[in-house]
Amino acid sequence: MRPEGRGETESLYFRYPHFDPPEAREVLSAAVPVAIVGAGPIGMTAALTLAKEGVRSVLFDAKSTFNDGSRAICIARQSFNILERLGAVGPFLEKALPWTTGRSFYRGQQILEFEMPDSPREKFRPMYNLQQQYIEDFLWRAVEAEPLIETRWQSEVVGVRDVDGGVRLSVKDPLGTYEIEAAWVLAADGARSPIRKMRGLRLKGENYEGRYVIADVQMAHDYPTIRRALFDPDCRRGGTILVHKQPDNIWRIDYQLREGESEAEAIREETVRASVAAVLGELGYEGAWELEWWSIYSANTLALDDYRDGRIFFIGDSAHIVPIFGVRGLNNGLADAHNMGWKLGWVLTGRADERLLESYTPERRGATLDVFANASKSARFMTPPTSGWELMRDAALNLALEHPFAGELANPRQMTPYTYADSPIAGPKGDGRGPIPGAALPGARVEGGYLQDRLGAGFTLLTCDAGLAGLADVMLYVEVLGVGSEAAEVLGLGTQGAVLVRPDLHIAARWERAVPEDITAALALSTGRARA
Amino acid sequence: MTPLDVEAVYEALAETLDAVGDEKQRMFLAKLALLLARDLGDTALVRQRIGEAAKHLEA
Repeated sequence: MRPEGRGETESLYFRYPHFDPPEAREVLSAAVPVAIVGAGPIGMTAALTLAKEGVRSVLFDAKSTFNDGSRAICIARQSFNILERLGAVGPFLEKALPWTTGRSFYRGQQILEFEMPDSPREKFRPMYNLQQQYIEDFLWRAVEAEPLIETRWQSEVVGVRDVDGGVRLSVKDPLGTYEIEAAWVLAADGARSPIRKMRGLRLKGENYEGRYVIADVQMAHDYPTIRRALFDPDCRRGGTILVHKQPDNIWRIDYQLREGESEAEAIREETVRASVAAVLGELGYEGAWELEWWSIYSANTLALDDYRDGRIFFIGDSAHIVPIFGVRGLNNGLADAHNMGWKLGWVLTGRADERLLESYTPERRGATLDVFANASKSARFMTPPTSGWELMRDAALNLALEHPFAGELANPRQMTPYTYADSPIAGPKGDGRGPIPGAALPGARVEGGYLQDRLGAGFTLLTCDAGLAGLADVMLYVEVLGVGSEAAEVLGLGTQGAVLVRPDLHIAARWERAVPEDITAALALSTGRARA
Repeated sequence: MTPLDVEAVYEALAETLDAVGDEKQRMFLAKLALLLARDLGDTALVRQRIGEAAKHLEA
């Protein structure tokens, strides 16, 4: 919602583009390998990943511009790695605000300062703040420049029907209705996914009690990019407030509604203004500010049982809804898109067997359940569901005024990348040194750059054994690392060891003594051409 | 702890509970439990004591 007198997408700092429906009508029904429903950040990332693998896709979006309702702001390191792989990270690095620190306050007194894991070995910072409009804008620049992606705006998918070897979509735009056949469909159509409804699928899980108003304000507030959580502040007794800095002097303020506080009343402009003013007072800000936008949400942990339905895959919020406290909604979705994108890309270019696609749900749904576990902890701390949780939360906060150990209970412990430990395509584990198969590739410095800069476009074998360099072929890039180098150390690699890295920067397999036959076998397993 | 020590703690608790007042007693006890649990440094024992303290509450 926006203040009275301003249009729906009339922002103080961002100009929403306008996109027309497709003009060339005669080719609209030509079959496509992949149809992606939803041109938000997840759909665009999937399209870019497929294009990197040489696969053509068509993006459909019912709107004529970017999202205004969905407002992710935190992009994690792992997502920056993905954006970099897609060649799209440049504008993100230029505009986004990196951060590593969080502070929690109880009744105005700081009780915790935490640092997210970071080191000089890492190319990117643990977290970056950037408005979703910019995220979409920057992805759009890459999508627009990519000849393998066609985007159809104002194009609503109103029907899906399974046909032999594909899915037939009915598409409606302001100029007419048509049908188009796709071999595969990626549903990136958001939390209220129409595709999910058309398929009769339901998200399952829990809803949490706490309701939050989320508001963006523009102000010249002098405070570093540090996430602040205010527990039980004077301006909102018993409630919790989160404050994040964004580019363009925009500040995100989330404040919890009291029990019994009416939603209709809470989202009235005057109420929002008064509540925000009280929060700003609590922050010690006395200058001028403008209200940009606001909305309301409650925390849910909901997911589909299976992210696949026939030849349709659900990616992003259409497959799962997570509470914002874990900052995993967008990040989880980007990882879905990248995971699905390379797998489908490899299948459609004949480098992988269709069986590879069976690993999508176990890997990505596993990641979501992991998020649920963490997010549920955060949600229980932010908005205790019962009197027992509330008493212990309050006791911990109160104790933290003098005893820092209790303040650690307020540490959200956000964002360690998920390990696909039970993946059906994870290969040999080696002797347990270094990151296990399924884990995300760790950071390391290599000759003035970073380990991730040394990877090939597909699978990469990282080894200290120069004798394995001859294994390189179209399927596999081989990078020989120095014995005892930082990268070898971080990976736990000895002189004869090797680590096989997937296109999505997760480790596929590892050996202490790598031999060519084993590497070939692991590559076959990780591309669905062999079973474990 | 001797029986006398236990008695001293018992008295200090009773006096402090009265001093903080009915409304804050739950919070006080919860804080104390967290503090003592940390001093004890034995999660299994703490969990066992939590279970024991929850017994016979209706007796």
